[in-house]
Amino acid sequence: MRELALHLLDIAENSVAAQAKNITLTVKEDLVNDRLRMTVQDDGKGMDADMAARVVDPFVTSRTTRKVGLGIPLLKEAAEACNGFLKIESAPGKGTTLTVEFQHGNIDRMPLGDISGTVLTLEVAYPNIHWRFIYQVNQKTFEFDDQPVKEALEGISLTEPEVIAYLRNSLREGVSELFQDQEIIQPN
Amino acid sequence: MPSVKSLDDLKKLREEALEKRKMKTAEGKAHVIVGMGTCGIAAGARDTMKAILEFIEKENLSGVVVTQTGCIGQCEKEPIVQVVIGDQEKVTYGKVNPETARRIMKEHVEAGHIVQDHVIPV
Repeated sequence: MRELALHLLDIAENSVAAQAKNITLTVKEDLVNDRLRMTVQDDGKGMDADMAARVVDPFVTSRTTRKVGLGIPLLKEAAEACNGFLKIESAPGKGTTLTVEFQHGNIDRMPLGDISGTVLTLEVAYPNIHWRFIYQVNQKTFEFDDQPVKEALEGISLTEPEVIAYLRNSLREGVSELFQDQEIIQPN
Repeated sequence: MPSVKSLDDLKKLREEALEKRKMKTAEGKAHVIVGMGTCGIAAGARDTMKAILEFIEKENLSGVVVTQTGCIGQCEKEPIVQVVIGDQEKVTYGKVNPETARRIMKEHVEAGHIVQDHVIPV
């Protein structure tokens, strides 16, 4: 995968598979300390320490541990190649938080890519999950919580044309506002 | 298409959509499913999804439900898109790039004709 946004989508799919009801995606770009951090936090079924250690290792993955694939090991490797790390905090019944961090300015760091595309995809495709998206660039923060939108719609599909347009615009405007007056160029 | 700017607009939209739904229940709803496992994502499924949503938006297509699913075991044929119209049998398409996705939306979802050259056996 060539974009961190695609990895974010992939990790979020794991949370969905773990039967999470609430999932929070966070992206934090800190130019002062030259770090880029993404977290996916869920309230799914969680993993014991043994399983959490196993999902980051591609060589011990077996087909019976079905939600484990290549996604996490590849992302871990990419982060470590950029002075970063990937860690998983999890406990059975307590949910999982995956954190991945990169040196922001590392020449090998993948571009962030289409973050709003990733959020929009997850929003419409898993309408029964409560999604929160927090994007922070230096001191500015954009937060998108889908709860009020869903309450207003109450049972109407998120894939109605006007709703797609609304979600797309809200995400796009929120993200582009983050990059105003910053010495950083908006990805994608 | 009126542009929706606030939550109140969304509430209005909901009333309208409910009205529309009453009128068209007989036609049978369309359900579009995009494979979004690691294999699908790596093969470009998010762009396929994006093309489908843009089509719905552009053509102002009401009553289509789009969801996603994980890996269905045919990774080499990703991106995979499945279409179910009403109570008809599910049709599975393979190698669906954004262009093919638009074709499927136009020919199958809108007009009811299966896009034969992209159908894969499951």
